[in-house]
Amino acid sequence: MTSIGLPVVAPIARARRRLDLAGRTFTALSGFASLLIVLMVAVIVGEIAWNGWATVSWEFLAGAPREGMTKGGIFPAIYGTVLLVVLMIVALIPFGVGAAVWLHLYARQDAWFTKAVRFAVHNLAGVPSIVFGLFGLGFFIQFVGRGMDRAMGLDVMWGQPALLWAALTLALLNLPVVIVTTEEALGTVAREQREASLALGATRWQTVRHVLLPQALPGMLTGAILAVARGAGEVAPILFTGAAYYLPFLPKAPTDQFMELGYHVFVLATQSPDVDATRPLLYGTVLVLLVLTFLLNLTAVLLRARLRARLLGKG
Amino acid sequence: MTVTPLTSRRNAARARLRAREGVIELLLRACAFGAVAGLVLIVLFVFKEAWPIVADPEVQKESSLRGYFATPLWQPVGAVPKYGLMPLLTGTLKVVLIALVFAVPLAVLAAVYSAEFAPARVRETLKPVIELLAGIPSVVMGFFALMVLASWLQALTGAAMRLNALTAGIALGLGILPTIFTVSEDALRSVPRSFREASLGLGATPWQTAWHVSLPAASAGVAAGCLLGLARAVGETMIVLMASGNAAIHSASPFDSVRTLAASIAAELAEVVVGSPHYATLFFLGALLFSVTFVINLVAGLFVGRLRKRLAGT
Amino acid sequence: MTVETSERQPTLVSRPKVPEREPAAPGRPAEVRLAARGFHLRYGALHALKGITLEIPSGEVTAIIGPSGCGKSTLLRSFNRMNDLIPGVYATGGLSVSGRDVYAPGTDVVDLRRRVGMVFQRPNPFPKSIFENVAFGQRMLGEHDRDALAPRVEQSLRRAALWDEVRDRLDASALQLSGGQQQRLCIARCLAVEPEVILMDEPASALDPTATTRIEELILELKGRYTIVVVTHNMQQAARISDRTAFLLQGELVEFDDTRRVFTSPREKITEDYITGRFG
Repeated sequence: MTSIGLPVVAPIARARRRLDLAGRTFTALSGFASLLIVLMVAVIVGEIAWNGWATVSWEFLAGAPREGMTKGGIFPAIYGTVLLVVLMIVALIPFGVGAAVWLHLYARQDAWFTKAVRFAVHNLAGVPSIVFGLFGLGFFIQFVGRGMDRAMGLDVMWGQPALLWAALTLALLNLPVVIVTTEEALGTVAREQREASLALGATRWQTVRHVLLPQALPGMLTGAILAVARGAGEVAPILFTGAAYYLPFLPKAPTDQFMELGYHVFVLATQSPDVDATRPLLYGTVLVLLVLTFLLNLTAVLLRARLRARLLGKG
Repeated sequence: MTVTPLTSRRNAARARLRAREGVIELLLRACAFGAVAGLVLIVLFVFKEAWPIVADPEVQKESSLRGYFATPLWQPVGAVPKYGLMPLLTGTLKVVLIALVFAVPLAVLAAVYSAEFAPARVRETLKPVIELLAGIPSVVMGFFALMVLASWLQALTGAAMRLNALTAGIALGLGILPTIFTVSEDALRSVPRSFREASLGLGATPWQTAWHVSLPAASAGVAAGCLLGLARAVGETMIVLMASGNAAIHSASPFDSVRTLAASIAAELAEVVVGSPHYATLFFLGALLFSVTFVINLVAGLFVGRLRKRLAGT
Repeated sequence: MTVETSERQPTLVSRPKVPEREPAAPGRPAEVRLAARGFHLRYGALHALKGITLEIPSGEVTAIIGPSGCGKSTLLRSFNRMNDLIPGVYATGGLSVSGRDVYAPGTDVVDLRRRVGMVFQRPNPFPKSIFENVAFGQRMLGEHDRDALAPRVEQSLRRAALWDEVRDRLDASALQLSGGQQQRLCIARCLAVEPEVILMDEPASALDPTATTRIEELILELKGRYTIVVVTHNMQQAARISDRTAFLLQGELVEFDDTRRVFTSPREKITEDYITGRFG
């Protein structure tokens, strides 16, 4: 309300009130949208937890499935998931960290090769996961695997779905995450540390190994954990590269197939012969998978928050 | 206390370290090259296995580009295989559209709320919830849609099939919501405080500031977020595989079961014979998916660039 | 001392005091440790150093002064090629250390940086123990045995006047030390690789006055054995500690002479203006 007191005041005030009403509605709507999202997430997580927690027990986690997935546990799926993710990380970390170190310290930022690498990393991140599955089949199994079989004079050992190929496919899928978070982490190490090391006559690699990487470790760990969470949750890339529904044995060699939590959920939910009977096992598996990925993501988020606090504290 | 001079050590180290540095730099460069190689190989091998569709007349007798639009049916497994792409395209379109209609308003509104109006404590709760949603694996989302959401929607809409475009679309919308939210919220938060303070200082309400100042300034970023959500929706497999009914029905109704491009690949690759026309067709679909998402991501990148320029004042 | 009056206000002229100094040993020409000959440096389009020519004698303390942005740090960093870290940097002309051209193709930059050490404006110890900080250089040369590392660590800490303060907590984190102690630790770390030259880029500007005094005393102790070049924006400091002073302005070397002469009767008027605080 203006303080001039001219007759012009009334229409402005009325218009103002109309605008305010629209504004308040809009604000309320946006708040409502946020609330709705929170509610939906709560419902999804709650429904799964509600129906699944009764099934989850020590026997469930440690035992093998029995009687057509109606009784027993899902240990082989947990074991297979862990093995898959471990193999993936072993393949992924050297390449991801190496590429990030090169981009951060060795690459000339305006060179075309550097730009090509960044372009590749950015676009790898956007490739649909099913295309990775196709790649796993067409390249790793049909090309590399078959090639290895031919070279070694074998019939069919490498040229078929296997733990190794699934792990490598997932490693490529997660390469962008590790590269980006590691490069970010290296960037948070103060420039003076790098300069101090180089000014003392340390080589670039010595600087990386003794000064930069130790200080970038928390950030790198965040990236690794995020990769693990994605690796445990993605099913499309492993559909044709090694996952199996029921195996009477645990995978021992990289050429073995494996059971996996996400794949298990998929098959059990869509192809179960008796939906009601397998329901408990299904819900239990989903809950285990959800809790697993949730804990991993939570760890990564906490790490990242602690990192940011430390950075801001340093000023 | 004897302090041995360093000169001998320095001379010995010089050659040794120089050689090692050279090797290490080569190894690191190879790792970086690995990323490029990975992308190139993906393109190479997916397009290579799809190549017979355009090059091999034997394969083209059964499955060809012209044939894709000649028949309205997608029946690759049958007495006479039919490869009509129309049902798959409309299926994908329907599901993606529903997902966007569901997710974009929710995500953008919530992003505006979080960036402009919400008190710090609310923002600190909303962010982790969105991250939790982002962390739900798509197979779990598909599971939820299949077991629970489908029944609720059927009760609500009275649809004949519980697994249809609507179920899959909404579940897919939930899946892409975090992406749209995060990118939009980041864009809004990156609008300099000085803009907002100038607007509020002139007597505008927070809403007016958001609508007339922040949103326009961040519009390129919000657009980029929506495009990224779109790309993810187009390429998403598991949710649709589990919740859409997987029937290649070519219709406009959201209550019919559908089959999308991505889900077709997933559903049919298990039983296909390597090297057959069906095999090549599935890889062709993969190549198509790759190209579409590649282009969308490219455009989204351009929008992000434009956002940056706008906020920098150029 | 001249006092000038102008229309605006009476200028308070303060000229930095140069302390009495022992004359250099007669009859011995000082060896040239660092030399520049028509040295130019560019960052992309920015021409940072324009035709610098000077000779810095061995065993002396040389100060580089000038207003901000004049190129003091750039010149300093050119001697140990730390400027290479900036993309788009391009150098022409001659710059040599102990007679060897620093920018010659095939120069071992890593070895150069051992021979020409650097101390930075803000103390930057590694987040390691005090011992490990000082031993860093030796470790990079391949020495890993702690017993072999220890004598040099002690010697360096003694020379940096820090030994007595840290001798019983060598394994404590270096970040626990005060700012002044951390800077002396960085100096010790630098001494441990046996440099011929120590470059100091405003070594005391981030420290309190007491710590600053100790650093200045340390610099005077270290000279003779080491050639020291100090960049400083504090003219009083330059007058206190240096034997020679170089005055840089917008990338050009305006004057380079005995410190006493620069601060009492400089050749250039603009030097006089800067010394007396009329600008910068």
